[in-house]
Amino acid sequence: MHRLDARLLLPVATFVILLGAIFWLQPRTMSYFGLNLMLNLAVPLALATLAQMMFLTINDLDLSIGSFVGLVACITATWLHDRPWLGVLALLGCIASYAAVGALVQWRQLPSIVVTLGMSFVWLGLAILLLPSPGGNAPDWLATFVGYHMPLVPLPIVACVVIGLFTHALMMRTSFGVVLRGMGGFARAVERAGWSALRARMTLYALAGCFGVLSGLALVGLTTSADANIAQRYTLLSVAASILGGCSFFGGRIAPIGTVIGALTLALASSALTFLHLGADWQVGAQGAILIAVLALRALTAREREA
Amino acid sequence: MPGELVRFTEVTKSFGPVRALDGVDLSIAPGECLGLVGHNGAGKSTLINLLTGALTPTSGSMQVAGSPGSVHDPRAARRLGIRCVFQELSLCPNLTVAENIRLVHPVLRGWNWSKRAAALIRTSLDTVFPGHCIRAGATVSSLSLTERQMVEIARAFTTTDVAPRLVILDEPTSSLDASTASQLLAHIRRMTQQGCSVLLVTHMLHEVLESADRIAVMSDGRVVGCDPADAHDRDSLVALMSGGTHRASVARLAADRRTGSSPVLEVRAQAGLKAGESLVANEGEVIGLGGLAGHGQTEFLVDLFSARTMAIVAGDRKRDGVFPLWSIRENISVGAYRKHLRHGLLDLASEQASAEDWRGRMKIRAPDMDNPILSLSGGNQQKALFARALDSDARIILMDDPMRGVDVQTKQDVYAMIRAQAAAGRTFLWYTTEMDELYECDRVYVFREGRIMAALGPNEITEERVLQASF
Repeated sequence: MHRLDARLLLPVATFVILLGAIFWLQPRTMSYFGLNLMLNLAVPLALATLAQMMFLTINDLDLSIGSFVGLVACITATWLHDRPWLGVLALLGCIASYAAVGALVQWRQLPSIVVTLGMSFVWLGLAILLLPSPGGNAPDWLATFVGYHMPLVPLPIVACVVIGLFTHALMMRTSFGVVLRGMGGFARAVERAGWSALRARMTLYALAGCFGVLSGLALVGLTTSADANIAQRYTLLSVAASILGGCSFFGGRIAPIGTVIGALTLALASSALTFLHLGADWQVGAQGAILIAVLALRALTAREREA
Repeated sequence: MPGELVRFTEVTKSFGPVRALDGVDLSIAPGECLGLVGHNGAGKSTLINLLTGALTPTSGSMQVAGSPGSVHDPRAARRLGIRCVFQELSLCPNLTVAENIRLVHPVLRGWNWSKRAAALIRTSLDTVFPGHCIRAGATVSSLSLTERQMVEIARAFTTTDVAPRLVILDEPTSSLDASTASQLLAHIRRMTQQGCSVLLVTHMLHEVLESADRIAVMSDGRVVGCDPADAHDRDSLVALMSGGTHRASVARLAADRRTGSSPVLEVRAQAGLKAGESLVANEGEVIGLGGLAGHGQTEFLVDLFSARTMAIVAGDRKRDGVFPLWSIRENISVGAYRKHLRHGLLDLASEQASAEDWRGRMKIRAPDMDNPILSLSGGNQQKALFARALDSDARIILMDDPMRGVDVQTKQDVYAMIRAQAAAGRTFLWYTTEMDELYECDRVYVFREGRIMAALGPNEITEERVLQASF
């Protein structure tokens, strides 16, 4: 397909190189269980990254996605476990409040960074109120589902492929996605054609909320308990992963499949560093260095395409 | 006229104190190509925005296809078959050509929409611009400006649920080359024969003379003439645009006094100007830069600008004028803050005194100069920007059409200030698209396509001469 263009090249290449390096460092990872173990935690990150991508579609940034996933995790490990109907209601409320934040940003013409930064403290505060200390239990059905052992191919890989293809179809192939991306490209032109910018922004924010909820569910399913701070690092990782995957900060340019691969790459990067026997103290810094290198490469290739 | 498609009766549109349309009467018949010409600020864009539903009239009646007041939003305009090609284009650069077609056709949805959209634009492009080589799957950002304009034009002629009945073309040929432009004009004739009306808005007078059935001329928010195209030639259109009144240049009392002063600025062909005349500005003169908007005046000022001897008053104050988070006082003093330095620190008392001084001299209507600049009205913000430029010790002040959208009283205040400052020996280079402001100048240079086409002396500044050189 000609649309899966050069922008996919960089995320795919970095992913393959990183995976190759891991296989070479630790050949035992080249197995069903090895891959399952390594890529398990990539699924919630990929979902959070897709949530971030929804914001990038309309040239916004979500600085609250980490806290939001944390709150969802806390709701899942408490209410959804003890009183499912209350949990479902709360999660739907979370999505609705994301749409409301979108309405606020559009209506008052506020910078999304400021509003979501504020909201990140709201989410974190609510999560701590709900679950003051780490704990809770994953609902059984969730743990069973996330822990399911697919024949032949590990579940995380199948999940990532399904999520990526679904989002690609939704945003890149439907007539609905065209309007949403158009809003990020040239909002005035889309409004002139009679579409509502308010509705578009609310829809995108609500979609981000949905992906955030899915991310929190997947995370609790894997860890079987929750903590308000469980996903704080997702905020910046999701920005990095979507940029690595081929999205742009401006102009409504997004790439759902690349974004999922970007998230997988960042998840693998930490495994690779462990296999290099790098001290835990150095790992965070090294991860940052890898990020800077890859994103610089991305900026370079982007400039070449412009020229 | 029976069977009119559009009828405007006494339509007015005001933006605050500014009257953009001042009682417009106009009609468009089915199958007619109506040309619309006029100088910048004559009200053409406002008229277009009313037709596309982006604006609603302040008063008067506007009938489209016999139903009054039906164009209240862009969707309603679309349902009535009104399409518009905007001068600044309205394609999303991140989408493909076919995806951009989908944006204007709500019915292109569901299964196979992208194939249908691609077929639609391919057919339309083939009809309007035979021999084009634009792929429907190409991303718009990868197209040249010409190709984008072709897509935008072809998109306006596509039909799904509602056939186009009136296509508005706003400067459609500005980025087309000669052969594609003539393809477009031929297509306009084909469309009008099929009963579709076209409103052709352009500065290219030969195009309207060639293609339009009738030509409406706008000036100062009114339609001053609407006659068959055969009745016109270039000169008669230009004469109409100047309102028919041959207003004599206002005699300048100060003109004699200046004859002896020395040139402070002389720009010849090699410096910034393309071949054409050279521009000379003497001390204490107000020099007008006229012509249609976007014909190189701003670029000329930017090329000319050097921070040491000049100050500039920006035209787009939101983009490159005000510091939105600062107070009025800070916005004024930032241009010459060194004056207020004492031992390397800002002397707030001196800054404040200077701001108070400017409040009196510029008549800035603010209760307190420490209020945020955005608390001021647009006109008063512009006064603060003038104060910033005049507060510096620059001898030459460049002005980039600074009075756009400013009310009359403010304009009078500023004109008086400019006169007083010029008398004190400062030189002004004033790019403006408003004729009234050119009358305030001692001499005027008229720009067209980046060149100076005419240099008008103190007694030669008339609207007709400026328009003659502009077109």
